[in-house]
Amino acid sequence: MNHTILAISLSSIANSMHQSLQALLGDGFALTATEMLIQGLSLIVFLVILCFYLGWMERRVAAFMQIRLGPNRVGPQGTLQIIADTIKLLLKEGLTPNSSDKFLFNLAPMIMVITSFLVVAPLAFSKDFQLWDINIGILYVSAVSSISVIGILMAGWSSNNKYSLLGAMRSGAQLVSYELSIGLSLISIVILTGSLQMSDIINSQSNGWWLFKGHIPVIISFVIFIIASTAEINRAPFDLAEAEQELTAGFHTEYSGMKFAMFLLSEYINLFIASAIAATIFLGGWMPLHLGNFEAFNHVMDFIPGFVWFMGKTMFIIFIIMWFRWTFPRLRVDQLLNLEWKYLLPISMINTIFITIIAIYGWHF
Amino acid sequence: MKLLGDDEISEDGEFIINMGPQHPSTHGVLHLKIWLNGETIIKVQPNLGYIHRSIEKMSESLSYRNFIFATSRMDYLSAHINNLACALTVEQGLEVEIPERAQVIRIILSELTRLASHQLWWGSTGLDLGAVSPFFYGMRERESILEIMEETCGARLTMNFMVPGGIMADIHPDFQRKTKAILSQIKTNIKEYDDLLTGNVIFEERTKGVGIISKEDAISFGMSGPCARASGVSCDIRKWFPYSGYEKVQFEEILETSGDCYGRYMVRMREMLQSVSIIEQLIDNIPEGEIQAKTKNVIKLPKGEFYQKVETARGELGVYLVSDGAASPYRIKYRSPNFSNLFALPQMSKGAKIGDLVAIMSTLDLIIPDIDR
Amino acid sequence: MFIKEYFSTIYRSIKSLLTGMKLTGYYFTHLNKIKTEEYPDNRATLKMADRFRGEVVMPHNENNEHRCTGCQACEIACPNGTIKIITKQEILADGKKKKRIDSFIYHHDLCTLCNLCIVACPSDAIVMAQTFEHAVYDKKLLKKILNNPDSKIMEGVE
Repeated sequence: MNHTILAISLSSIANSMHQSLQALLGDGFALTATEMLIQGLSLIVFLVILCFYLGWMERRVAAFMQIRLGPNRVGPQGTLQIIADTIKLLLKEGLTPNSSDKFLFNLAPMIMVITSFLVVAPLAFSKDFQLWDINIGILYVSAVSSISVIGILMAGWSSNNKYSLLGAMRSGAQLVSYELSIGLSLISIVILTGSLQMSDIINSQSNGWWLFKGHIPVIISFVIFIIASTAEINRAPFDLAEAEQELTAGFHTEYSGMKFAMFLLSEYINLFIASAIAATIFLGGWMPLHLGNFEAFNHVMDFIPGFVWFMGKTMFIIFIIMWFRWTFPRLRVDQLLNLEWKYLLPISMINTIFITIIAIYGWHF
Repeated sequence: MKLLGDDEISEDGEFIINMGPQHPSTHGVLHLKIWLNGETIIKVQPNLGYIHRSIEKMSESLSYRNFIFATSRMDYLSAHINNLACALTVEQGLEVEIPERAQVIRIILSELTRLASHQLWWGSTGLDLGAVSPFFYGMRERESILEIMEETCGARLTMNFMVPGGIMADIHPDFQRKTKAILSQIKTNIKEYDDLLTGNVIFEERTKGVGIISKEDAISFGMSGPCARASGVSCDIRKWFPYSGYEKVQFEEILETSGDCYGRYMVRMREMLQSVSIIEQLIDNIPEGEIQAKTKNVIKLPKGEFYQKVETARGELGVYLVSDGAASPYRIKYRSPNFSNLFALPQMSKGAKIGDLVAIMSTLDLIIPDIDR
Repeated sequence: MFIKEYFSTIYRSIKSLLTGMKLTGYYFTHLNKIKTEEYPDNRATLKMADRFRGEVVMPHNENNEHRCTGCQACEIACPNGTIKIITKQEILADGKKKKRIDSFIYHHDLCTLCNLCIVACPSDAIVMAQTFEHAVYDKKLLKKILNNPDSKIMEGVE
């Protein structure tokens, strides 16, 4: 994979933009500031639009699984439904309860969204198209994403609502436990690759994705990663923090209007990020699918741009996580912790040992 | 800022939350006051009265033909069976012979109601435990049953089809064909129910060993219906005190011994198949003849007391009627199954988690308007 | 022994979860099983059952004649006081006085659609209509007078 066949790739667009801005502004602070502004804005716009469509996709997927039609009125196939919903949420009154801690109450949704945006930074959307190829990419992701628990706890505590408080406490216990499994399954790939950098991990998969190269242990750690990240992003069957039937809406019971929309936004960004990381480290990110010696097949696969590969893999994992949500009942809070401490964590620890052996002896393909 | 006021934490430092009257999983306006230690429930206290409509008192000023309609609003999911109980009570006083045809149609409609009720319950149990999809699958079959009801009775929920002496109108020409279609649909789809919930590991974990009530406790709380049968109490009125021709059909009384949420779930699932078999026995053998016995225009019951109990989808509904010889009842008392079943809830949920409370409530299958009446 | 149990638990759990996912996946791929009725759009084809109870109406024939004798059986039969019949005395051609309805008032907002008035009516003057969509902005609109203005009783109905 050393050639990009398409003349226009995302990295070439970025390069040409950089060159024209350089010509306009010259090297210096103005160039850096402008480029950072453009990068930030385009990332935010991209993610917000993406999350709109994830919301629409969620509702359609749920509807099809439940022998319904789902939103299909606004726009073709209901694609503009989410814009109508956003306008509704914007026009709603953002109520702040009288006895709440107003500063923390308003801060909590911001923290949630900011954390979610921060984690996007090291994701590689396409070849050489990455915001920040930090050399500790995996560490950065797992470190920053765990800040979001503070947002949830803050929201639950400051609402001064007993349901919110219970939801926040549940999510505190949940996120802290499941972080371990996520960390261990990320580490399994780090062991195989020998690098924490996202671009290294992707390049190591140019001759095949880790899911196929690493034998059964990597498949196990992939499954554990999917389960644990479903719990980490608070989605059913692990949505105990907002458990509708038990705690009405859990930590965001008291939120309305735009502040509620921010929780929703961060939920979908987290869903995207969890799936994108799974796609990057287990399914090769933007790397096309290559099958051994089928040169013709591999050549055709190269024609598909990396961005499409990346988004396709991510969407596939998002779909699976949605599939979980609309099939399974919710776990109870003690069973949730049982699952982590009695099943996922021991299995992933033993699994890590196996992976280390594989890495040492170079048994992977 | 204070997080918790004095009234929100008890003297022993327990956390008190109010579940309801508006809460997604109380299925109406039930109010539960819960004393919590962390997530563990110490005490539950049900508060009633939010949907009291004085149906009993109102019936005292209505004629014997008129008071039946209001009972559809008690346990709205077994409206036919409630109406049947009232009609049977009045018929007891009138001492009329009900035509065979009317009796058979009454049983078929009662069992269809039971099926529809259990399907809604199955869906909402899934919903309460966090799985949203079962609700729609349960609703799909229920919808077909309600369409049959709409065609024959003219209404989907508050049918008011039973009149003293028989039924209000003859069955629709399509009734038998459509009923047979829905029976075969239910028999195939009950496998889907098993795939989605019954065998699911999360569902089993959530329900097995949760909310256990012993046989003795179930009897002393006066529980009835599927909830009591899950604890091994044989209490099917259709078997013990057959009415309206239930003695002529073959069916099995479902009994489980575990007394937990899973037992109550399995009783209802197996009861659905029994209802299907009861309808199958009758649907092709509806005898020809009258649909109503001759009754006077203004019904007057002789002086005395009359009591009739029936098996609704939730348990034993008793109608106690005192007549002073006038054209309207002197006093009516309904013994509603949900009221007795609800008061086993504090016993069942001691030491359970909040999630368990939701599971217990949904397997008790409470209909709040039936508790308050 | 413990290890064997541990792994068989995991195996059974995963199998049961996959069974559930197979079912929802089946419906996701079989879109022809969708049951939704797109209600406001299917008004043209939507037909209610013959016996559906929408509201009480009094059919009139082409000569603006109805069958109501004003006997008030329906008014007595109604559990809610939904029906109010105002009668008047009419002097017939042969000089006899006869009771006729002046107006048949029907409070749709009180009606529980229990069908008891229809059953009670001795002359089949009122029937249930299969209409729905009864929502209005003003409650007064739900108080309906069922007999047409200047309508007469049909010949031969007593």
